[in-house]
Amino acid sequence: MVDNLNAWLDSALQTLLFIAGAPLLAGWIKRLKCHLQNRAAPSLFQPYRDLVKLFAKDVVLAEHASWLFRAAPYIVFGAMVLSAAVVPLVAVPLPASAIADVIVLAGFFALARFFQALAGMDIGTAFGGMGASREMTVASLAEPAMLMAVFTLTMTASTTNLSIAIRHILAAGLVLRPSFLFALLSLAMVTVAETGHIPVDNPATHLELTMLHEAMVLEYSARHLALMEWASMIKLMIYAVLISNIFLPWGIASRFTVAAITVGTLAVTAKLALLSVLLALWETVLAKMRLFRVPQFLGFAFLLALLGVLTHVILETAV
Amino acid sequence: MMLAYAAVVAALLSGAVAMAADRFPPALRIGSFSLLGVSGAAALGAGILALLSDSRSRAQLPFGLPWLSWHLRLDPLSGLFMAMVGISVIAVSLYGPGYVREFERGVHTPHHAPSDGAPQPAVHHSLAALGLFTGLFVAGMLAVLLADDAFVFMIAWEIMSVSSYLLVVYQHHNSTSRQAAFIYLLLAHAGALVILLAFGVLAGSAGSFTFAAMRTAHLSPVWASVAFALALIGFGMKAGIVPLHVWLPEAHPAAPSHISALMSGVMIKVAIYGLIRFVFDLLGTPQWSWGLATLTIGTATALLAVLYAVQQNDFKRLLAYSSVENVGIIFMGLGLGMIFIATGHPTIGAVALLAALYHCLNHSVFKTLLFLGAGAVLYRTHERDLDRLGGLIRRMPHTALFMLIGCLAISGLPPLNGFVSEWLTLQAALQVSVLSSGVLRSIIPVAAALLALTTAIVTATFVKAYGVAFLGQARTRHVAHAREVSIGMRAAMALLALLCVALGVVPTLVIRLINPVTRNLLHLGPAGATVRGWLWLTPVSPHVASYSAPLVVAAMASTLLLAYVLLHLRRRATRRSQPWDCGFGGLNARMQYTSTAFSQPLRRVFAPVWRTEEQVSLPAGSADQASGMRHQLHITDWSWPALYQPVGHLVLVAARRVGRIQTGSIRVYLAYSFFTLLLLLWLIT
Amino acid sequence: MHLSALNLYGQGILVSAALVLFTSFVMLAQTRIQPLIYAFAWQGALLSVTTALVALVSGHSHLYISALLTFGLKALLIPWMLYRMARRLHIQREVETVSHPSLIMLAGAVLVVFCYYVALPVAQLSTLVTRNTIAVSMATVLLGMLLMITRRAAVAQVIGFMSIENGLFFAAVASTYGMPMIVELGVAFDVLVAAVLFGIFFFQIRASIDSLDIDRLNRLSEKAE
Repeated sequence: MVDNLNAWLDSALQTLLFIAGAPLLAGWIKRLKCHLQNRAAPSLFQPYRDLVKLFAKDVVLAEHASWLFRAAPYIVFGAMVLSAAVVPLVAVPLPASAIADVIVLAGFFALARFFQALAGMDIGTAFGGMGASREMTVASLAEPAMLMAVFTLTMTASTTNLSIAIRHILAAGLVLRPSFLFALLSLAMVTVAETGHIPVDNPATHLELTMLHEAMVLEYSARHLALMEWASMIKLMIYAVLISNIFLPWGIASRFTVAAITVGTLAVTAKLALLSVLLALWETVLAKMRLFRVPQFLGFAFLLALLGVLTHVILETAV
Repeated sequence: MMLAYAAVVAALLSGAVAMAADRFPPALRIGSFSLLGVSGAAALGAGILALLSDSRSRAQLPFGLPWLSWHLRLDPLSGLFMAMVGISVIAVSLYGPGYVREFERGVHTPHHAPSDGAPQPAVHHSLAALGLFTGLFVAGMLAVLLADDAFVFMIAWEIMSVSSYLLVVYQHHNSTSRQAAFIYLLLAHAGALVILLAFGVLAGSAGSFTFAAMRTAHLSPVWASVAFALALIGFGMKAGIVPLHVWLPEAHPAAPSHISALMSGVMIKVAIYGLIRFVFDLLGTPQWSWGLATLTIGTATALLAVLYAVQQNDFKRLLAYSSVENVGIIFMGLGLGMIFIATGHPTIGAVALLAALYHCLNHSVFKTLLFLGAGAVLYRTHERDLDRLGGLIRRMPHTALFMLIGCLAISGLPPLNGFVSEWLTLQAALQVSVLSSGVLRSIIPVAAALLALTTAIVTATFVKAYGVAFLGQARTRHVAHAREVSIGMRAAMALLALLCVALGVVPTLVIRLINPVTRNLLHLGPAGATVRGWLWLTPVSPHVASYSAPLVVAAMASTLLLAYVLLHLRRRATRRSQPWDCGFGGLNARMQYTSTAFSQPLRRVFAPVWRTEEQVSLPAGSADQASGMRHQLHITDWSWPALYQPVGHLVLVAARRVGRIQTGSIRVYLAYSFFTLLLLLWLIT
Repeated sequence: MHLSALNLYGQGILVSAALVLFTSFVMLAQTRIQPLIYAFAWQGALLSVTTALVALVSGHSHLYISALLTFGLKALLIPWMLYRMARRLHIQREVETVSHPSLIMLAGAVLVVFCYYVALPVAQLSTLVTRNTIAVSMATVLLGMLLMITRRAAVAQVIGFMSIENGLFFAAVASTYGMPMIVELGVAFDVLVAAVLFGIFFFQIRASIDSLDIDRLNRLSEKAE
């Protein structure tokens, strides 16, 4: 019973750490990009300052905005917090993973996206509709690729519970799985598309015709905008943690001792920092592609995931 | 059983009352619809009782042919579908009295109403006919569920088909309505014929038309496959699998909205009931190739139908295509069930079957809700074209809320009901590692990923439908002045919306209710989907996957509340201002994204799926002016020109050939009879 | 054979085999000439890595020679020749339009499943470490053919052909730990000669019909135009 309670407490703490750490990750990536692009870099804690500033401001609403427009940021943020709660960050077993497995996680993302798109359409301007339409298109192509990549994991671990799956991979030790290689690449491509990074979207731009994600949240201000921004930072962190903890689970704490959890925290920080370097490099080297090249990009991600499943069936199981 | 009879009788009575009270519309409305409500409640009661008691009650009625009295039976499977019919009928009976006022007053033809609201000749419709056929239609559906021999089944099936045909043709002044109804009648009869053949194959080896005899009959694998194929085509035609779906998006929207709701929400389920009864109950153990065929058809249906749905601008047509898509998902579940059962994994097969049944239930609830909502919009604005609606969330706040719940549910988003059944389907699909065949192991995950693609596009579809119709600004003047609908209509939608939430939040209780169905069909012990109590849904085992909707809702609610309270600790002013207009000023409703515009990226990505005719023309001499530009877009389904037109052409050619024997001369006809007689005499000797 | 029953080198074979398959798909997707040549070179390199790993696991030392030969020939020499030819013909930046690219990729995936189905009886008979990769090698052959079918540019045709040869070599390694040395040397020499001959042909073709689009070769028949 005490153990159980400990585990749930740990769950809650991990979620808080997740939510609190997300802006830091975003700040780190921004800083890395600035360095790589020879610009003066903002402080690592700039995202926190931005959030605080936005929370303190008064809300300005568009004239035609309905209640849905005001409710959407809360729902989007809530969905992201819930998703963060079920992804193991520094320690497994995570009892909260049993509440919602990885398919439900995809469902949470879809829920957030649904409300974000509706909020974009609610104001009744062309930008909102454009952003919603493009986001839904990109998402509908990214979602099957993501689930396919995840299926590779679940078929290997024969569970969709993230905590149990990570423990399974951890227990197997170092095994070179060709299917995981493909799934990793595919998931990385999906991450780029889903979190609005180059080459699919450029989070820094506000040039009207090229916006995807920003077009939907164009009318938000103050606390609503802060919630939306924070939610998208959490989303990026979820994807990054998924990639690092599924494919490189080493270092994650499997007991609730102080030492193990310290090691786990350090390990996940190191992994995320490294992944961010890769993302920043990728964003610096590539240019944003045209909207209608994105389906090809995601089609390739889907093909990679498909190859992952096929190689799992062909190469990794007994004939 | 008594309740089930009561349901059928009440439905028939409601038709009769409608007929009798033709002269007194208010009495007719109240009498007929309240009897319909009684019928629905009785059906729901009978269904739930059958599920709870997990019993089979049989009866023989001394009607019909002299050597074959009518066999009736109520078991958990028919009980479940009866409950679905009951729920939808109750909602419709609440909704109907308000909705049919329009027909009483006489209507403007809805879909060709000009935007400026010029009065059209109002057409009067007979409410009596509507009531009569509605009663017959409901009674027919209930009787199909009760039937325990092929005769009763076919008779009830035909009553259901013909009365629904008459309901489709109800607004017969409208030529598209008439054409839709004709196609429907044609295909429904072709389907019925195929079903009859399927029963014939079974009866041939059973020696009797009762289902009891068919259950014990042993068919050779080849004949069993033939029977299965016939049943798949026959029931699939009614359920609307691609490419046999063409009638569905024509016929369902053409009927009055509450009838569309019944047709899409329930009648399709009756067809699925027929398939389940035939394959899982009567035919015995399925073969894995049937499962593969069903899975493939289901996947193709789901994906193609949703791609067609996302391009529709007509609200009801969009919903009809979405019904086809949901049938695809149900078929995927059934196909997975057959595969797992045939390969000796009945517990996983039970999960897949459970997913399919749960999706049937869910779809009947949210599709009824959505059609009723579309009907409410139609009732107040006389518009079905999404591109003329907009901003209704402010004019019809309650309808908008219920529709939002319906859209969330159908898009398969947690924590509502659509998600539960899709999650169960995916879980079943992910158990492929138990299969020994590597080919199946590599095909099923692909099907599951395509299901994910389908769900994602469904979400896009309903974001579009809801966003364009209910959000933004009104695109036409009369839409801007729409009013909320009557309390009865809202109550019906509220009831269904509440059910959507309930079915999503406590799936374990529902599954406990459905469990007897799969247990009886597959002869299994108690299923393990709810081993960890009502809080946890664990289809295979707690270790493999779990989902706890109540906890999700609780966590979500507390997060929202916390965020809201924390952010509203200090009262701050909220200011309204103009949205960003790039500094040009003068944003108007015509500048919003339309439904056509919303789906343009998807149209481009999946271009080969549709037959698209797009024309952009500029009037001469104004090459640089955007104002004079005309854009025409015409999108059609490939299956019509690719499949049906050639068949139709062949039939016409054949008819002309056969027509040559019609000379008009009586002596020639006598000669025909003479030769026929000779032939027959030769044959019998 | 189940993955966990293999040691790390055995797993390495599977990984590099999967990557060979992946390069086949990359070639199928790539419409520009120069990256196509690079992908082909990568396939050769990965194939030689696979062969070397097989040699290491099985202890057949003659496979090391095969690996070296493959690397020298298919990862370096032939790609270099093709590249130089492309440069001289000024086609290295040409982009080919392929109709329905996503359908072709899907067809490729279906081919892989089909190969698995076909290779299953063979793999069940085999006792080698590499038996799981037989299906992959067959898929490489078929994907090479698919590349040849779907492309019009003569260079892409040659690469498709070479890729088929890669697949055949891979099949030999996977199913019997390689062919006798003399056969392998002969085949390698043949491929080299083929590459040289193709080069000469390219110039000839271009000189006579002023294009490297093989669909135009049917102009050579008397009927056309």
